[in-house]
Amino acid sequence: MSSSTDWPLWEVFVRSRRGLSHTHAGSLHAPDAEMALRNARDLYTRRSEGVSIWVVPSTQITASSPDEKDSFFEPAGDKPYRHPTFYEIPDGVKHL
Amino acid sequence: MSAALALGDDALVLSHRLGEWAGHAPVLEEDVALANIALDLLGQARVLLSLVGDEDELAYLREERAFRNLQLVEQPNGDFAHTIARQLYFSVYQHLLYERLAVGGGEFADLAAKAVKEVAYHRDHAEQWVLRLGDGTAESHQRMQAGLEALWRFTGEMFQPVEGLDDTGSGLDRQELERTWLAAVTGTVERATLTLPTGPRAGAWAAGAGRQGLHTEPFGRMLAEMQHLHRSHPGASW
Amino acid sequence: MAAVTADQKTQSTSGTAKATGTVAGTAGDPADAARLAAFDAAVAADDRIEPRDWMPEAYRATLVRQMAQHAHSEIIGMQPEANWITRAPSLRRKAILMAKVQDEAGHGLYLYSAAETLGTSREELLDKLHAGRQRYSSIFNYPTLTWADVGAIGWLVDGAAITNQVPLCRCSYGPYARAMVRICKEESFHQRQGYELLLALSRGTEAQHAMAQDAVDRWWWPSLMMFGPPDDASSHSEQSMAWKIKRHSNDELRQRFVDICVPQAEALGLTLPDPDIRWNEERGQHDFGAIDWTEFQEVLKGNGPCNEQRITQRRKAHEEGAWVRDAAAAYAAKHTTPPVQQTQHAQQAPHVEETA
Repeated sequence: MSSSTDWPLWEVFVRSRRGLSHTHAGSLHAPDAEMALRNARDLYTRRSEGVSIWVVPSTQITASSPDEKDSFFEPAGDKPYRHPTFYEIPDGVKHL
Repeated sequence: MSAALALGDDALVLSHRLGEWAGHAPVLEEDVALANIALDLLGQARVLLSLVGDEDELAYLREERAFRNLQLVEQPNGDFAHTIARQLYFSVYQHLLYERLAVGGGEFADLAAKAVKEVAYHRDHAEQWVLRLGDGTAESHQRMQAGLEALWRFTGEMFQPVEGLDDTGSGLDRQELERTWLAAVTGTVERATLTLPTGPRAGAWAAGAGRQGLHTEPFGRMLAEMQHLHRSHPGASW
Repeated sequence: MAAVTADQKTQSTSGTAKATGTVAGTAGDPADAARLAAFDAAVAADDRIEPRDWMPEAYRATLVRQMAQHAHSEIIGMQPEANWITRAPSLRRKAILMAKVQDEAGHGLYLYSAAETLGTSREELLDKLHAGRQRYSSIFNYPTLTWADVGAIGWLVDGAAITNQVPLCRCSYGPYARAMVRICKEESFHQRQGYELLLALSRGTEAQHAMAQDAVDRWWWPSLMMFGPPDDASSHSEQSMAWKIKRHSNDELRQRFVDICVPQAEALGLTLPDPDIRWNEERGQHDFGAIDWTEFQEVLKGNGPCNEQRITQRRKAHEEGAWVRDAAAAYAAKHTTPPVQQTQHAQQAPHVEETA
């Protein structure tokens, strides 16, 4: 009854206008990359939401694991010296 | 303004046929794609018909014999391959035509320049599907071939001159248009491992008939459905 | 259009979604208990749960069921309106209606994608729909008999759907909430076009006005039923509210909807088919008449006017499309070079085609 071959899933990234990065818009099914691009155009930019599209097979995305969240991201949390607000500058000093 | 009527009716009627797919497409993504094409065509039709008169009067109150569309676009959807064959034949033609009108400087130049971008996408959509159906499975190959064959005899009409278009300095060369169309369609069909049909493309009845208001039987039923509500309430606005 | 409707939530069709409280999914394992505590804390803090986070099985099952039924509602919901595309009485209305039905296909796709983040494929969900093992909103088991029904669906059915859906934009599950944000933006067009359509009819000829009134008469009560059974009879509500999958009770949302519709109906010049509707000064809300829940139960059981027809058409489209989907997959298998291995993981996306 149903199709013997399920079309693979693709992740869609859309650049909403020039000068901005592509951001994840959602996903869709397509038999191949060319059709994925076209389906993405029809589905995710039909209200002029984009000027450029990337599609990536979902299986090709390597993601960090939520279980490793602490070791991945927490070490960055105690390094306030990376942020400009860490440094005190006397009042009146400009262009810093 | 018979030229605007001819081009407008092509777009109107094909849009209607594609609209019949809503909710019936082979996969949801294709529901979305076919609706996009139908909406583009409907937009073109509204602009073109408005050049002639009131768009709704023209769409809803003309009799069958007053429509000037090609017989090709009024053909029923059939299966998906049949619809794609109709899309291939028509969108390649429309793309080539609008490309030429856009640079030709005639009265349709601006309209064609805008529409040609839409139509390029319709053409691409059709070509992509012809490749996949032709070179897909044995069943899809057979269905795609059947679709191409069934509609082949309606393709000659596209290359008949249109009154008010070919004779008004639009610079159109129908023979060149036909050669280019044939080469493009042949290229796609062969890449898709299919065979270009060999039958006549300009039968005694088909050639130029739609442009003269001679249509095929399914068209009357299509219009009956399309027009009945509008006609049931004369003078009403919606 | 439309909507997760609360009527779906009363049904546990998969059998796996018996929400028995957040303890479901723990088997006494201390690691699980810690995870559960983290999950509960995240939900309580209004953090979003994301696909790869640990979550209780019952939460996952509830979400899959609700997102699937919501997605099914969108695609079954295409049918009653698509029924009028070929007969739309003006070209402007025809374009609007085609765009709307197309949006519904799009919404179905967003929602199936959201459901797939939990590891259930669309194919699987569609199979369940086709086999009658998952539901869609009962509202679509009513027929669209006249053109005015297209307007009534936009105004009332989409209106009820939006009332239900706006809170879902803050649903605890990230992908669902994000899909809902996109959907809600697009839905507001749907409701307005429906209202405008009815307004044109109401202000039109006598026959058009009567057509509009008849449609509102037929769609009003089913729209109220879209919010699901009264709170004291709704089995899943409490757990869903605790999990912040659901943010307001059925009765709260229904009341909000009635209060919104009464002045809108007046502005339309149409009446709502309920003699008991009146402003209650004390409550600051409208009182309204009792809903016929017998009808609701009958439609839910499959005895609505169009249950059979809707599912048959959906199944037919799917079955008749199988050869097309197979063909495209076969073509891809012949013509696609296998993707690069993960060791060569792309720094950027060099193969993507710029469409601009």
